[in-house]
Amino acid sequence: MSQTLFPGDAEGEVLVLAAPLSFWGGVSWETGAIINARHPQLGEVVSGKILVVPEPVGSSSSSAVLLELIRAGRAPAAIVLGRPDAILVVACLVAKEMGWAAPPVLVVPGCGDAQAGRGRVAEGRVAYRPA
Amino acid sequence: MKLTDDETAIAAGRDGEGAAVALRLVADSGRLLGADALVPVASAHIDGCLYHGDSGTEFAEFLVAKGARVTVPATLNVGALDLLRPGNVRLAGGRREMALRLMRAYEALGCRSTWTCAPYQAGHRPALGSDVAWGESNAVVFCNSVLGARTNRYGDFLDIACAIAGRAPHYGLHLLANRRATVRVDTSGISEALKRKEAFWPVLGAWLGRTVGEDVAVIDGLAAYATEDRLKALGAAAASTGAVALFHVAGVTPEAPTAESILADRHATIALTPDAVRDARKLLSTAGGDAVDAVAVGSPHFSLDEILSLDALLAGRRVRVPIYLNTSRHVLGKLERAGRLAALTEAGVVPIVDTCVVVTPILPAGGGVLMTNSGKFAFYAPGNTGYAVQFGSLADCVESAVAGRLVRDEAGWQ
Repeated sequence: MSQTLFPGDAEGEVLVLAAPLSFWGGVSWETGAIINARHPQLGEVVSGKILVVPEPVGSSSSSAVLLELIRAGRAPAAIVLGRPDAILVVACLVAKEMGWAAPPVLVVPGCGDAQAGRGRVAEGRVAYRPA
Repeated sequence: MKLTDDETAIAAGRDGEGAAVALRLVADSGRLLGADALVPVASAHIDGCLYHGDSGTEFAEFLVAKGARVTVPATLNVGALDLLRPGNVRLAGGRREMALRLMRAYEALGCRSTWTCAPYQAGHRPALGSDVAWGESNAVVFCNSVLGARTNRYGDFLDIACAIAGRAPHYGLHLLANRRATVRVDTSGISEALKRKEAFWPVLGAWLGRTVGEDVAVIDGLAAYATEDRLKALGAAAASTGAVALFHVAGVTPEAPTAESILADRHATIALTPDAVRDARKLLSTAGGDAVDAVAVGSPHFSLDEILSLDALLAGRRVRVPIYLNTSRHVLGKLERAGRLAALTEAGVVPIVDTCVVVTPILPAGGGVLMTNSGKFAFYAPGNTGYAVQFGSLADCVESAVAGRLVRDEAGWQ
């Protein structure tokens, strides 16, 4: 079912976005915190998380926010998308050209059902362990 | 993904390392997105020139150092600085320097110094049916919907890579089949009076983005009311609350002479209700009370027509709180030549070019309440500026600025 957009392995706490979130204007490129005042997870931090994004939306500057988080070591540990979206993956491809380690990106349709807890991405699959 | 012999040679470094990096980025992205090939593009609009940390500057300078140059006409989106009025932006120290270096690096790659999120108001209007590679969500949706040129939402970095490669991944909205509407929006339940209101359009856009996500909709029943500026406001809001990259308005936009002509065989129909409009409008404001500390218009950058409307609504009055007028140097030049700029600035309007109040520190520090007629500003201002937002029409914005407190005409919205 899952498709790898950018390869890699990762482990971390699961953060499932409860509402659509544009990285640009929605996530601070300085701290990795959610800054969209209308978002139910305002203040939560995406850094180091297995970030589950059921519905990727928003500004095409989101790749720049993610690249800056990658360079600063504040990116999510992995990104799981509900459907393919180029905007975030491009940041990973640029990071590769620049020699910076970037998080794996997977597409897992229906990923919004993921539960809070720990997550592990390996060999192109994501596994969850409830808290 | 099938690369041509030419493309394979470029990716291997035949035309230099800069061209190779760009081609690899385009091809790798295309492969991930399921593209079967690359498609030549006629032009590009580049969104990567806005500073969000040093990584963007490092990447642009990396491309310059590797000898990259754009191979198709490419306009630039806003940067983080107002290059014509540098004092407008409070960005300080190292950040200011890196933001400027970023803008200069994109110029060094051969891009045009348009510095606007509305390149279509600065003469960049690709032909109906042509393939292009545009970034900036409002520009993308305008390009696809209003001009009928074909682009996906190319994010920062992929946009410049496409401009250097002269090619884009052949997928998504480059394919005619994906441009058909899978949602029909029926607006027959909405009054003519509401459709005539300029502020209806960004509200409709905010609703559309939230309702359809990334799906292509055709909206029926608006042919008598649409203008280019209204379609611009609709698209910008829809691309903020959702991932809308293309919409059709039956009888108005070039690919939809009628709703039937562009509908996919399998499609849903959604009736827009007055309640939904009311809710969407309400969601655009986050502030309570009647305080207004600043007004901002021009996201996307204001057109000359919109500035002339602002001028007419002000009718020579001075404002108590500043109106930040965000536009391009191209449009501001026209305003200056029309002899209207001096009167507006004397009235208390603060022109901002090359950038805007929501992407870089321009508004006074400490926050407060920002009033706007832009669905996109209303969506992004709280997160990006710390200001709470009041949404209203352009007339509401002007009256509030003159009064120094919230003045909003509720007629027709109940």
